Amino acid sequence: MSHTMTDQRPTTDPPVPGSVFTHRRMPRWAPAAIAVIAVALGVAIGLAFDLSSHVQWGLIALALFVLGTYVTTALLEDRRQAKDRVATSLVWACFVLAVVPLYSLVETTFAKGVKDLDGRFLTHSMAGVLATDEGGGVYHAIIGTLEQVGLASLIAVPIGVLTAIYLVEYGRGKLALAVTFFVDVMTGIPSIVSGLFILAFWILVLGFSYSGFAGSLALVILMIPVVVRSTEEMLKLVPNELREASLALGVPKWRTILKVVLPTALGGITTGIMLAVARIAGETAPVLLLVFGNPMINNDPFNGAQSSLPFYIYEQYLLGTDQAYSRAWSAALVLIAFVMILNLVARGIARWKAPKTGR
Amino acid sequence: MAKRIDVSGLTAYYGPHKAIEDISMTVEPRSVTAFIGPSGCGKSTFLRTLNRMHEVTPGGRVEGKVLLDDEDLYGTGVDPVAVRRTIGMVFQRPNPFPTMSIYDNVVAGLRLNGRYRKSELDEIVEKSLKGANLWNEVKDRLNRPGSGLSGGQQQRLCIARAIAVEPQVLLMDEPCSALDPISTLAIEDLIGELKERFTIVIVTHNMQQAARVSDRTAFFNLAAVGQPGRLIEIDDTERIFSNPSVQATEDYISGRFG
Repeated sequence: MSHTMTDQRPTTDPPVPGSVFTHRRMPRWAPAAIAVIAVALGVAIGLAFDLSSHVQWGLIALALFVLGTYVTTALLEDRRQAKDRVATSLVWACFVLAVVPLYSLVETTFAKGVKDLDGRFLTHSMAGVLATDEGGGVYHAIIGTLEQVGLASLIAVPIGVLTAIYLVEYGRGKLALAVTFFVDVMTGIPSIVSGLFILAFWILVLGFSYSGFAGSLALVILMIPVVVRSTEEMLKLVPNELREASLALGVPKWRTILKVVLPTALGGITTGIMLAVARIAGETAPVLLLVFGNPMINNDPFNGAQSSLPFYIYEQYLLGTDQAYSRAWSAALVLIAFVMILNLVARGIARWKAPKTGR
Repeated sequence: MAKRIDVSGLTAYYGPHKAIEDISMTVEPRSVTAFIGPSGCGKSTFLRTLNRMHEVTPGGRVEGKVLLDDEDLYGTGVDPVAVRRTIGMVFQRPNPFPTMSIYDNVVAGLRLNGRYRKSELDEIVEKSLKGANLWNEVKDRLNRPGSGLSGGQQQRLCIARAIAVEPQVLLMDEPCSALDPISTLAIEDLIGELKERFTIVIVTHNMQQAARVSDRTAFFNLAAVGQPGRLIEIDDTERIFSNPSVQATEDYISGRFG
C-alpha cells in the first residue's frame, strides 16, 4: 500500500520521519536518466577508443545501464531496492537485445528493397531478363509461393487438426502415444530431408516430374507437426466443464466437438495455422529440389517447374550482379510483408472469434 | 412428464478404484430428493451414474441397475446420448458456452440435436428463461454473450438450458455452492417451482438447503478414506432431520461428525 502511495507522490511528500513503511526513493525518471547517461557513455567510449562496430557501443551502453542502475540504487535507496531495479533493468536489456536484430533486419530489408518495389515489379516475371538487366519482376514467384503454400495448407491443415482432435478427445493408450511420438519426431525433420524424401518417393520411385505440387508435398511434411502441436494445446485449454455441459444436454460427442469445443478454441487454432503457414512460406530447400525454379510464369502447380519467393531470392543472390541483388532485396521485402499480413489476419481472426466476456 | 428412478445394487468405479458400492434407492417423481454427506463419499459420482455421465470420465464404469420407469439405463443397446436427453444435469460451476449468446445458450441442446423453426425457438427461449426466473433480467440482451452475466444469472441460464430440452428428470450437482445467498435463494425458489414438472435430484453440502428444498433426503457416508461410499439411509426429509434411524446420520447432521 505504502509503495503505491510513494509511487504516486514521490517528490511532493517527504517521508514521514520514523515511519516503518516509507523510505528514500529515487524520482520516477531516474531509470530513464540512467539509460540516457549509459547510452551517452557508450557512444563516448566507442568514439574515444575508436571502436568501429556499433554493436560494441550498444553492448557497452547496456552493461553500463545495468551496472549504473545497481550502483545508484544501492547508494540512494537500499540493497533490496537495488536488486529489484537490477532485475528490472536486466529484463529491459534482454528485451532490447531481442528486438534490435529484428528491427535491424526489417529496417535493412525495407531500405534496400523498397526502391525497386513497384507495380511493375509485382506484375512481371523474369522471362528474358538477364542478370545485368534492370527491371524484371517477382510475379511468377508470388504465384508459385501462393499455390505451393495454399496446396500444402489444404492438405496439412485438415490432417493436422483432425490428428489433434484425435489426440485430445479420443486418443487413449498405445496408438495415441505412438502418434504423439511421431509428431514430435516430425517436428525435428530438417526441410532438406523432407525435400529429399519426396524427391526419392514422388519423383524417383513414382516417376512424377518436377512441379509445384511436389514442393507442396514436402511442405506438408513440415507443416503437419506444427499444426498438430498448436491445435492440441488449444484444444487442451477448452475447459472440460463445457464438454460435460454439452454431453449432459444429450448432444453426441462428435457434435460436441464440432459445435462447442472447436468454436471455443477456434481463435487459437487459426493463429497456430497461420504461424505454420508463415513458417513454410519461407522454405527454400524443398523448392530447390522439387520445383526446380522457373523464370517464367507457370500458373499450373501440377505441371512443370515453378518458382517461389525464397527460391527467387536465392537465385538472384547467386547471379551476383547489382541489379540482381536489388531484386533479391525487393523479393525479401515482399516475403516479409506476406508473412506479416498473414500474422495480422491471424490476430484479427483470433480477436474476432475469441470467447466474449463483455458485460 | 416426470418419471420415477429405481436404483438397485449400483457400484461405480474409477479405473480400479471403487467409488461407491451397492447403492439401492427409489427417487419419486415430481419431488425433490437431496443427497447429503461428507466430501468424497460419492454423492456426485452417484448422481452422475443416473444419466450415464460417469462413464465420460476416463476409466469410469458402473455395475448394477438404474430403472427409469422400468427401463434399465444400463441395459444392452441403450444409447447414453438418448439417456442424457431425458435426464438433464446442472453442474456445480456455472458453465455457459462462451462462444454463444444468451439466446443460443438456451437453445444449444435443441439446436445441436436437430432443426427447429425460428418462431419455435423464440417460444422455447422465453418459456425456458421464464421457467428459470431469468427472463426479466435478460430479455433486452438475448444476443449478448452468456458469459457476461453474473454467477447467479449464469447458473440460472444453465438451468434454463437444461430445462429447454424438456427432460423428465433434472440432476443438480451442488448448484448453489459457487453462489451468494441471494442467488442461492433465487435458485431454491426455482427448484420449488420446477418440482411441479420435473423429478429433481440435488447434491448439496448445505444441510439447511437440503431441509428447505427437499421432500426426501439421502445420507451418504464412507467407512474410511479410500473405502467406497455407501448409502446410509434415505427417508422423508423431516424424519432425517428430526429423528433419523441411524446414529451416523444424526451425528453428521448435528455436526458431531468426525
